[in-house]
Amino acid sequence: MRRVSIATTVSSGNFLPATDLESKLAILADAAKYDASCASSGSKRESRGGLGSTEGMGICHSYTPDGRCVSLLKVLLTNVCIYDCQYCVNRVSSDTPRARMSVEEVVRLTMDFYRRNYIEGLFLSSGIIRSSNYTMDQLVQVAKTLRDRENFRGYIHLKTIPGADEELIEEAGLYADRLSVNIELPTLGDLQQLAPEKKRDEIEDTMGQIKVRRDEVDADKKNGLRPPRFAPAGQSTQMIVGATPTTDRDILATSSTLYQTHRLRRVYYSAFSPIPHADSRLPGQAPPLVREHRLYQADWLIRFYGFDAGELTSDEQANLSLELDPKHAWALAHREQFPIDINLAAREMLLRVPGIGERGVKRILRTRKHHAIRDEDLSRLGIVYRRARPFIITADRHPGPLMIDRADLIEKTRPKQRQLMLFDAADSASNGQV
Amino acid sequence: MSTSNYHAPVHSFRSWRDAARRYLQAGVAPENIRWVDRRSGANQSQQDLFASGEPDFPPQTPPLDTINVPSSFLEIAPTVACHRSAECWSLLYRLLWRLTHSEKHLLMIASDPDVVRLTRFEKAIRRDSHKMKAFVRFRRSVDDLGEHYIAWHRPDHFILRHTAPFFRRRFDVMRWTIMTPDESCHFDGDKLIFGAGMPRSEAPNEDELEPLWKTYYANIFNPARIKLDAMRAEMPKKHWPTLPETEMIGSMLREAPRRVDQMIQTTNTISSAQSFVPEHASIEGLRLAASKCQGCSLCQSATQTVFGHGPATASVVVIGEQPGDQEDVTGKPFVGPAGQLLREELMSVGIDPESVYMTNAVKHFKFTRSSKRRLHKKPSAREVAACRPWLEAELKRIKPAQILCLGATAASAIHGPNFRLTQQRGAFISTRFADQTFATYHPSAILRAEQTSAQNETASQIRDLFHRDLKAFASHIKAPPA
Ligand code: SF4
Repeated sequence: MRRVSIATTVSSGNFLPATDLESKLAILADAAKYDASCASSGSKRESRGGLGSTEGMGICHSYTPDGRCVSLLKVLLTNVCIYDCQYCVNRVSSDTPRARMSVEEVVRLTMDFYRRNYIEGLFLSSGIIRSSNYTMDQLVQVAKTLRDRENFRGYIHLKTIPGADEELIEEAGLYADRLSVNIELPTLGDLQQLAPEKKRDEIEDTMGQIKVRRDEVDADKKNGLRPPRFAPAGQSTQMIVGATPTTDRDILATSSTLYQTHRLRRVYYSAFSPIPHADSRLPGQAPPLVREHRLYQADWLIRFYGFDAGELTSDEQANLSLELDPKHAWALAHREQFPIDINLAAREMLLRVPGIGERGVKRILRTRKHHAIRDEDLSRLGIVYRRARPFIITADRHPGPLMIDRADLIEKTRPKQRQLMLFDAADSASNGQV
Repeated sequence: MSTSNYHAPVHSFRSWRDAARRYLQAGVAPENIRWVDRRSGANQSQQDLFASGEPDFPPQTPPLDTINVPSSFLEIAPTVACHRSAECWSLLYRLLWRLTHSEKHLLMIASDPDVVRLTRFEKAIRRDSHKMKAFVRFRRSVDDLGEHYIAWHRPDHFILRHTAPFFRRRFDVMRWTIMTPDESCHFDGDKLIFGAGMPRSEAPNEDELEPLWKTYYANIFNPARIKLDAMRAEMPKKHWPTLPETEMIGSMLREAPRRVDQMIQTTNTISSAQSFVPEHASIEGLRLAASKCQGCSLCQSATQTVFGHGPATASVVVIGEQPGDQEDVTGKPFVGPAGQLLREELMSVGIDPESVYMTNAVKHFKFTRSSKRRLHKKPSAREVAACRPWLEAELKRIKPAQILCLGATAASAIHGPNFRLTQQRGAFISTRFADQTFATYHPSAILRAEQTSAQNETASQIRDLFHRDLKAFASHIKAPPA
């Protein structure tokens, strides 16, 4: 049996680049492990005449002991980089072993892995070699070869290199299902401090270009034209959280703006991990993963539950509670709005009740048309009874005005199993659902 | 209870549907039918034996009419019928009965116990089918007909027929077979063919690509965030035997603490000048500290650190690439031939070189040795990055109004790696270091071009452009915009 190497990331002073495919893959996958994005959803592609399909919903083909899923072959084309971003293991001043795969090697790996049903497709990113344009062109070559020569119909996510020419972005969007440009850090100040060579303008320009192009395609479609597809699964971004003292309030404000301005599909939050050869300006310890989880939950509430970014935190409480999920924390801080009648309340308000999810709301609305909802129905409708109870009136129970004002309401409604949090965290890292 | 009990063996959704329709029309209530599940049993001959049993029906079954059931039931029923629990048949019939007996909206009532159960069954099937899509691992084999991809998988429920169309859509250019203990499915590039269940030993037990896949799996994981429960919840242990990558989990976990240790330990490894830069020092303090810098390996072979030079109150900072041979010996920047050329040119456009603060992007001389001389060697991006904290500290103290970058190295140290000297030369750009940042050639480019006689023309061209750039730069110093 062949020996399978686990990447030994650190071998100080070793600058000989890896040469055989297995060790290159080890290095380039290791370098990609900090990327939070893994989704492969949101795109539909006809499978006829080629290998693969994308059917709207992504599939996680495996899970690693960190609880995260493996959906795409997530690699870097190379981890050589001319930038020196302090939070990044591939920064030019880091001693990490380097490798570079050829376009052909990435294409072959993707096809071979796909045929065995190991993956849904490819998520390709890269350190910046020579220039943004050169690097972007290499990424585009991989996608182009997969689509044109190999007739590959699986999912392709390309990480766009900020500052690359518009024509390259255009081309990338023709082959990729999703494009992403990493915003890197939540605020301009953070970026200046830790990645002074990266420019927020350049990053947002690229996002803007992608948005404009997508808008054009949509407009053409509306007018009955059949324009070539352009990044049908939209664009996403990632920001590193916890590398600077920036608050959740600022982070959520930034993501809200990004969603609005550039029509992003997703913002990924990646808790800063201690990285090899980090700069002394960075914290040595990672922020609690729960924080990342809370941000995903808050993000979800903003996108799908009608919450405004500013509602979930306040100037005094600028960080999300680590203990309670953001909706629960919000409800406890807004008791005057409760209890609400589950048989009468509007959808928007039902969505704001702790312990009731989007699916629960759907079931409530459907069921109450035919039959008044009673207490005993709640758990059958998928509602967390213990948590929701003080906040709702059912056909046979009114919690009474005193209930909602009780000082121990937090205790009464707190999730029972602390252990569950770990679970949630993994789950929400992949879908963000609350 | 006067009605007799009916015995109804079923072996597929279709046989249940046919029987259910007849019972319904005969008005047989759910509690009077004993549904008997005949699906299971990997052994085909045994199954045949049982499957031959036909349901009993009431003696006078009326002719078949169409029965009106909501389409949502018709959509969900075949899925639920994949459930391994024998109970699925009676549940389906009970629902069918209620739907056609004055409870038309039954499926809308999400809290009804039968509907809850139906939803639960459906969810189990969806999950199982999703896991099949995810966890089938094809192994490549080759026979007379060419490549053949074969997988063995153990689902919880009878979902192969339900899920096979997905594999057909996805892998329609491959010849493949999926075996399960209950049944198997083969795709020949044209149609799906279903057959008997197969033992695992029928499938190939290795694939040449698995070592690469395992390498990928072992490395894409972040050892700093282990969450085993989350992994087990999504990837139930019973599937592990057919997932080659799970073999790695043990060694990945054993390795994890060591990898994390390495990640943290090396956090303090010196790889830049940052840790040598005193936070609140004057230019003089910086100079002193820089003389002891070991931010990169260049300090080992150079004679001394060549720090910036000039008035700390200068409004103009000139940045070059790195000290040369003479600078290395004297410890002062821009004293060699290129420096002389620069000083002459500055004077000719009316800038006093002594009023300017001159420094370099890299503070140590980098060279290769030829037989008699030390030859300048371009610093790598890594060295420029390592030395950058010094440059930043200098600029932070001096706060110049104008910066003049000489050559691509200096320009990209200020503007970032995407700066193109050929395109952006000679323009004033505002940066966080100075309102007016300007880039032109490095004077050594002129000297180098002059040395190669063939390029005399180029040399004078560059010299002209260089002169013109400096003039433009100087004119802004004299008359800064309002
Ligand atoms: S070149 Fe710069 S970083 Fe390297 S040792 Fe010299 S002063 Fe320090």
